[in-house]
Amino acid sequence: MSRNISFRDFDWTLVAFVLIICTLGVIEIHSATVHTKFAGVDRKQVYWIAGGLVGMFVMSLLNYHALLERVHWMYIVALASLMSVLVFGQKYLGARRWVKLPGGNHFQPSEWVKLVLILAVAKYFSDLQHRELTWSDFVKAGAIVGVPFIMVMGQPDLGTALTYLPIAIVGLFLGGVRWKQAAVVILLAGLAMPLAWHHMKDYQKQRLTSFITPDADPRGAGYHVKQSKIAVGSGGIWGSNSGSQTRQGFLPEPHTDFIFAAFSEEHGFVGAMAVLLLYFIVLMRLTQNAQTAPDRAGTFIVMGVVAVLTFHILVNIGMVVGFMPVTGIPLPLMSYGGSSVLFMFLALGMVMNVRMRRFVN
Amino acid sequence: MFSRDEKLSPVRLTAVQYVILAIFLLLAYGLWELQVSQSEYYSAAAEENRVRNVPILAPRGKILDRNGREIVKNYRSLTALLLRDSSRNLAADSDLIAQGLNLDPKEVREKIRRFSSMPQYQPIYLKEDITPDEEAFIEAHRTELPELDTIMAYRRLYPLKGFMAHLIGYVGEVSEDMLNQPGFELYDPGDVVGKSGVELQYNSILMGKNGSRRVVVDSHGREVGQPLEEKPAVAGKDLKLTIDVDLQIAAEEAIGDKNGALVAMDPHTGEILAMVSRPTFDPNDFAVRIKRGDWNKLVTDPDKPLLNKAIQAQLAPGSTFKILMATAGWQENIAQTLNVHCNGGAEFYGRRFGCWVKSGHGEVDLTKAIYQSCDVFFYTLANKLGIDRIAKYASSFGLGQRTGIDLPQEASGVMPSEEWKLRNFRQKWFAGETISVGIGQGAVAVTPVQLMRAVAAISMDGRLVVPHVAVPTGLPSNYLEVSHVTEVKSVPVDETGWNTITDAMSRVLLPEGTAPSAHIPGIDIAGKTGSAQVVSLATRAKHQNNEDLAQNGWFVGFTPRRSPDVIVCALFQGGEHGRLAARLATQVIKAYVDKQRQQPTKLVEKPANNGKTDIGALWTSPADNDSLHAGHLMVGLPKKRLPLAVAPGLGGVN
Repeated sequence: MSRNISFRDFDWTLVAFVLIICTLGVIEIHSATVHTKFAGVDRKQVYWIAGGLVGMFVMSLLNYHALLERVHWMYIVALASLMSVLVFGQKYLGARRWVKLPGGNHFQPSEWVKLVLILAVAKYFSDLQHRELTWSDFVKAGAIVGVPFIMVMGQPDLGTALTYLPIAIVGLFLGGVRWKQAAVVILLAGLAMPLAWHHMKDYQKQRLTSFITPDADPRGAGYHVKQSKIAVGSGGIWGSNSGSQTRQGFLPEPHTDFIFAAFSEEHGFVGAMAVLLLYFIVLMRLTQNAQTAPDRAGTFIVMGVVAVLTFHILVNIGMVVGFMPVTGIPLPLMSYGGSSVLFMFLALGMVMNVRMRRFVN
Repeated sequence: MFSRDEKLSPVRLTAVQYVILAIFLLLAYGLWELQVSQSEYYSAAAEENRVRNVPILAPRGKILDRNGREIVKNYRSLTALLLRDSSRNLAADSDLIAQGLNLDPKEVREKIRRFSSMPQYQPIYLKEDITPDEEAFIEAHRTELPELDTIMAYRRLYPLKGFMAHLIGYVGEVSEDMLNQPGFELYDPGDVVGKSGVELQYNSILMGKNGSRRVVVDSHGREVGQPLEEKPAVAGKDLKLTIDVDLQIAAEEAIGDKNGALVAMDPHTGEILAMVSRPTFDPNDFAVRIKRGDWNKLVTDPDKPLLNKAIQAQLAPGSTFKILMATAGWQENIAQTLNVHCNGGAEFYGRRFGCWVKSGHGEVDLTKAIYQSCDVFFYTLANKLGIDRIAKYASSFGLGQRTGIDLPQEASGVMPSEEWKLRNFRQKWFAGETISVGIGQGAVAVTPVQLMRAVAAISMDGRLVVPHVAVPTGLPSNYLEVSHVTEVKSVPVDETGWNTITDAMSRVLLPEGTAPSAHIPGIDIAGKTGSAQVVSLATRAKHQNNEDLAQNGWFVGFTPRRSPDVIVCALFQGGEHGRLAARLATQVIKAYVDKQRQQPTKLVEKPANNGKTDIGALWTSPADNDSLHAGHLMVGLPKKRLPLAVAPGLGGVN
């Protein structure tokens, strides 16, 4: 089968749009950090993107069916790596999320676990032989995502853990969830809320309360949200030349989590809408690829990527405009950060992998 | 059942696309709200974020003596602080910071830990009043330790060793209570205001008006670029006191570390020339921030170091009151012709009242009764006058009332009368009580400044002035608070009467008087001694003559005997006899006369700059810089900080 694949079938349009978004990200990283101690990270980001492109091509060459055959091994390794973080992880800012690799690099396993989950969910649902989900299927699919979800929550990294959920949700939705099942889950989740609140760390509670009443303590926990809204709002329609919020350091983390706020301040509503449009095109292009996938497994893989990407955009931009609490979820393709960039390109590699095999049966 | 290769339902995929569209529309709506609908609001918020009003602190006015010499001035004081709104790991830098600022690293880490729950914009104040070395350390580590910064404030620099401390008072941060009082409503929390003495009384003159600067700041609060707008600070006005530092020094030295008060005045105008109270305190301890322990020590000290005894001690005047008695007796035409035989005591209303000379004074007329201080004569006079007539004259000379001196919290003293007793004790006045009042015992209580003012009036043909410490012409013309200080009342006194009394007073320091040891050759000093019981002699004997119960020595003296140039009142608590108080007072009078006569004073010339800097109205000598010497007050610099300007020394004056 792999004899017939060709890079002509590569989705070059998709790659082009992705690279436009990445370029805007690098420019904004440069602009936000050039006068700070982070100066120079824009160049590092370029290296990560280059590395990501290589990873994408490699990933596209591996037959996704072969990957799916071995997904249970990958899943076990993923759980083991999450366990190793809990045991050996570097404690940084109160949470264990990173493993130190030989050579001085830090690695955040919870990112690549997303890839494994996309494959695992795809494998599980494509193997089902009936149109409607039974309760047993429902629980099993939930457990595939639920186990790593709880482990990442324990790091604690609620933000990343939440990014696993859309993989399950989209899988269940496309896999044929029944409305009754969905209603029961939503009800259970609602009942579990107070319990979850009880088990949250103080800073997590603070983020949530400050999300609801940002002006209660504008220089404390609500500071990030307030400064982000000021940055976005002061951008106006055409953008603010001075970029004062970003440049003078009022906007926290302007090159990572709040890069969209920095971009919106500098380029205004017009610029922000342009970026939204780019992301929208990318997502539509991806769903189109899902529709043309050669089989159910391929569709599930692509839609898993769509789910994760959409969720990241919703939570990150939602946070920047004050709709969502501060969760520390980066904006894919734009935010600075190696793990995030690599994940996105590897995920796109899987999409290419599926696409290149659409005529092969 | 369907095969693995069967495609998914396109309906659900389309549904996902619509969900994505909905999410994007929601986000677009959020951006529209912020960037289009409320863009103006957020632009203003951004502006406000960047622009901050930074106060420019106004220095407080200097306090000068009557010749313009600086007594109190300011120095620039820097406080080291840590900015927390940065990504630095403060705890990691704490060792270096502690080393540079001479602090305990543990203490620094503890402070950082304690502040960790506070809002980020609140800096940690590490050390107040840092030394030039520490300032240099901060400047040199701007890049390594960007979180370390300083703020500047002016602080008061007071004379050391409590010199003139009670008169000057001290400043402190305005308290919440004060902010609620009238006259303080314009102040902001954190403002430094006068808390006692002249600093409090003339706070509105001394205190400047802080200016402000609108500046662009970054998120660390650091200024960026040029200020947008600047409203300069208005410095406080200098305040000129009537105090003569030369005389003040003489008074400080005369009293040494004895307990009591010394106050000197120009009886023509009421200008206070010197005012000392003992024990004293160092107001420099208050200028930074007094430690709780030090404050408690000051407050609980039984000798009450914070009390300005010159205006706040209310004590029986003892025999000095006899001057008022003599005047009252003369005005009532009783004293002129009164002759008494003193055999060491006399009986009134069935009780024997002793004279302080047990063997008696023999035949006594008014003159002898004054210079010998015969108690029996004044018992008799008091008995003839009755309490209400005594009270009438004493009150007309201001006893039992506040003098109106321009210092806060002056005490009123007590001048008893029949009505006073009825009002306060609901009891009838007993005639026997009048006898004790005749020698300044019993219920009568005066402050030193009050007694001095009354005696001054008698020596000035009834001219009753209001004592004051600020030069009224130096105050703003509309400064109502003290418009009364230049008022002069005229109390009618018979000329022969006050001449006779002052003539008698001039013999007090002669060999036949009560204080010959205080005599100073060549100076015509008239005065009156007094020693007032704290408790009855019988009680005191019971307590084995405990020193705390020793009698208070008083002396009021002036020169020359008519229309004097200067009058001095000395209170020597536990000094037993008035002649000891007289010695203190005459030293001040001598310093005054010496200065008037253009004789070289004992004050040293200002030495050539020997590396030490003069501060305030204070002077250094090459030999010794830390002790009170005959003629000059030597001071070292307080703690570590050098003032910027050099004060004029004494060399140029006179």
